[in-house]
Amino acid sequence: MSAVLADMPETIAPATSKAIAPSKGGRPWTFYVLATLFAAYVLALYGPMFCIYILSFQDIRGGLVFPMKGQSLHWFVDLFTQVRTGDVKGSFDRSIKLAAIVTVITVVVSFLAGLGFRRRFRGDTVVFYVMIGSLVAPGLVLGLGTGLLFQALGLNASWYTSALGAQLSWTLPFGVLVMFAVMSRFNHVWEEAAYDLGASRWQSIRLVMIPVLAPGLVAVALFGFTLSYDEFARSLQTAGSLNTLPLEIWSMTLNVTSPSLYALGTVTTIVSFLVIGASLGTIVLIQKKRGSRTKGQE
Amino acid sequence: MKNDRGDIELAGVCKSFDGVTNVVDGVNLKIADGAYCCFIGPSGCGKTTILRMIAGHEDPTAGEIVIGGQNVVGLAPVQRRTAMMFQSYALFPHLTVRENIAFALRVRGMSKADRLRSADAMIEKVRLTQFADRLPAQLSGGQQQRVALARAAITEPRVLLLDEPLSALDEQLRVQMRQELRRMQQELGITFIHVTHTQLEAIALADLVVVMEQGRIKQAGPARDVYAHPHDRYVAEFMGGQNVLSGRVEKVNGASFTLAQAAPSGIEVPLQARPTVSIGDKVDIAVRRDDVALVRPGKELPLGCTTSLPSRVLAIEYQGYFVKVMLDTVPDDEFVAYVPEKTFFADPFTVGDVVMATWATGSALPLA
Repeated sequence: MSAVLADMPETIAPATSKAIAPSKGGRPWTFYVLATLFAAYVLALYGPMFCIYILSFQDIRGGLVFPMKGQSLHWFVDLFTQVRTGDVKGSFDRSIKLAAIVTVITVVVSFLAGLGFRRRFRGDTVVFYVMIGSLVAPGLVLGLGTGLLFQALGLNASWYTSALGAQLSWTLPFGVLVMFAVMSRFNHVWEEAAYDLGASRWQSIRLVMIPVLAPGLVAVALFGFTLSYDEFARSLQTAGSLNTLPLEIWSMTLNVTSPSLYALGTVTTIVSFLVIGASLGTIVLIQKKRGSRTKGQE
Repeated sequence: MKNDRGDIELAGVCKSFDGVTNVVDGVNLKIADGAYCCFIGPSGCGKTTILRMIAGHEDPTAGEIVIGGQNVVGLAPVQRRTAMMFQSYALFPHLTVRENIAFALRVRGMSKADRLRSADAMIEKVRLTQFADRLPAQLSGGQQQRVALARAAITEPRVLLLDEPLSALDEQLRVQMRQELRRMQQELGITFIHVTHTQLEAIALADLVVVMEQGRIKQAGPARDVYAHPHDRYVAEFMGGQNVLSGRVEKVNGASFTLAQAAPSGIEVPLQARPTVSIGDKVDIAVRRDDVALVRPGKELPLGCTTSLPSRVLAIEYQGYFVKVMLDTVPDDEFVAYVPEKTFFADPFTVGDVVMATWATGSALPLA
C-alpha cells in the first residue's frame, strides 16, 4: 500500500487559467447589443401607454396629439362630470362587479379542477384539452356565438349573464392552466400525512391544501380579475344594452374627441395597478405572517 | 374497550396494482408487541407496499392484517391506531414545529390550549423546545426527522411505521438518528416497523429482520440469525459479510461432505440436519468474510482448517480496524477476506501476491 502512495506527485500544480476567462474590466460587446435590444423592447411595451398618461394631464386647451398643452387635472374632472363623455361611472361599476364575479368563479372552479386532476384517470387528457380548447377560438367569434345562442334560447343578453359566460370561457382555461402549475408543486404526501393523522377530506383541504396553495390561488384570482376587467372581444356581442368599461372606452374613441378619453385610460390603469398591488401585497403578507410566527418565542 | 396491544400478524397478504403481477405475494409474518421490526430488500421488493398496507394507505388484494387480535383491513389509520413516518417526512410546510406536532390533536377537535400543551410535552421529549416556533424549512434534516417522529407519536399509536426514515440524512447523522429511533421505541414501548434497504441499519436496530425479494419473505428472524445463518444465497449476498461458493458434492462422510472445487483437496463442509445432500448435488455454501484467513503458500494452515484455496490478491482496501482483501478464489464470484488490521500489517500482502484462503472447517455453512 505504501507503494501506491509513493506514486502520488508531491505537489499539485495550481490552476493557471479559468475555463471561461473574464475579459479585463469591461463587458463583452454582446452585452451592449442585448442591452440595447432590451431597452427597445421596454420602450415599445410602455411607450404607447406613457403617451396616453402624459396627454391626459393637459389643460383645457388640450388636444388628442402631441405637443402637450399646459398641465392640469381638467380632463379628469371632465371625465366624471360631463354626460357627453359617456356612462363612465356606470360601466366602471359593471366592469368591477363582473370582474369580481368572474374572479370568484375562476378561483373556485380552477381549484376544484386542480383537485380533480391530482391523480390520473381514464380520459383525463381528453377532459384537459376540452377544458382549454376554447382558448383557441377567436374571441369575437365566440362572443358572437354566445350572443346567438342566447337569442335562440330566447334569453336577454346582459353583462351578468351572457357576458359573464363568454368571459368565463376565457378566464377558466387560463385559471386551470395556472392552477395546474401551482398544483405541480404540491406534494401529495402532505395529503397522505394528513389522512394518516386522522384528518377528514375536508380538514385536509382546509388545513393543508388551501393554506399551502394560498399564494397560487391569489395568482389565479389576479389572472381572473385582470383578464375580465379588460376583456373586449368576447363581451362585445354579449354585454347587451349596458356597456362594460372596455366597451365604453371603445365607443368613446368613436365619438369623444377630447383628452378625457386619455384621462379614462390613466384612471383604469391606476385601478389595475391597485388590484395587482393588493394581490401581491396579500401574497407577501401570507409569507410574512408565516415568517413572523417563527420568531414568536425567541 | 381500548386495545393497546401492538402485535401484528400478516396472513396470506397479497397486493397487486394491475391485477396481473403480485407486488406482495402471499406474505405470512408475526411481529410481537413492542418489537422493532425491519423490512429489508432491494427497491421494488414490496417492502414499502407491506408497510403502507399495515398503515392503511393501501388495501391488500387478498389476506388479512391483524393488529392486536383485530382484523384491520378496510379501517382508516386512525381506527387502526397506527401512525406513519413518511420517507421525506411530509411535514406541513406552512405550520410551525409546534403546529405540525399538534395537527393530529387539532383534527380530533381538541382545544387549542390543550393541544399546544400536549405538543410542547412531546417537543420536549424529542429535544426540540428551542425550535418549536420554526417552520420545517428552517430545520436541519435530523431536526425534521425528530418533528416527524413526534408528530406521529403524539396520537399514542400502538404501531409506528417508518418508511426509509434515515435515507434523507447524511452518513454521520444517520448513525446518530438510528440510536435516537431505538431510544424513542424503547421510551414509547410500542411496535416499530421500519423499512430500509441498508443492511447495516437493519441489523443495528431490529429485533426482527425480514429479508424480502420480489414480494416474498426470504428469511425472517433475529438480526444475528439472519446475518450469521442466512438460509440461502440471496440472503447471504444481500446481508453481506459472506462469501458464497458453489460446487458439486464429491463425497459424503459422516459429519461432513466435500465440495468439489479447483482446490486439489476440495472443500470440506460440516453436514447439517436441514439440507440432506447426496453425491452429485449442486450446493451453495457460505463462509463469513471475517472467518477467512490468508496464509502464504507452503506455510502451515491454522488449527481446524482443512480447506485451502489458492488465490491471487486482486485489490486491497484499508478499512481501519480491518483490511478488505479481494481475491480471485472463485471464478465469476466475489471472494473477500476481512483481515484484522494487526494481522495484516504483521506480514502485508500486495496486489498480485498468491495466497492460500482458508477457514476453520466448522465455520462453512451450507445454504438451501
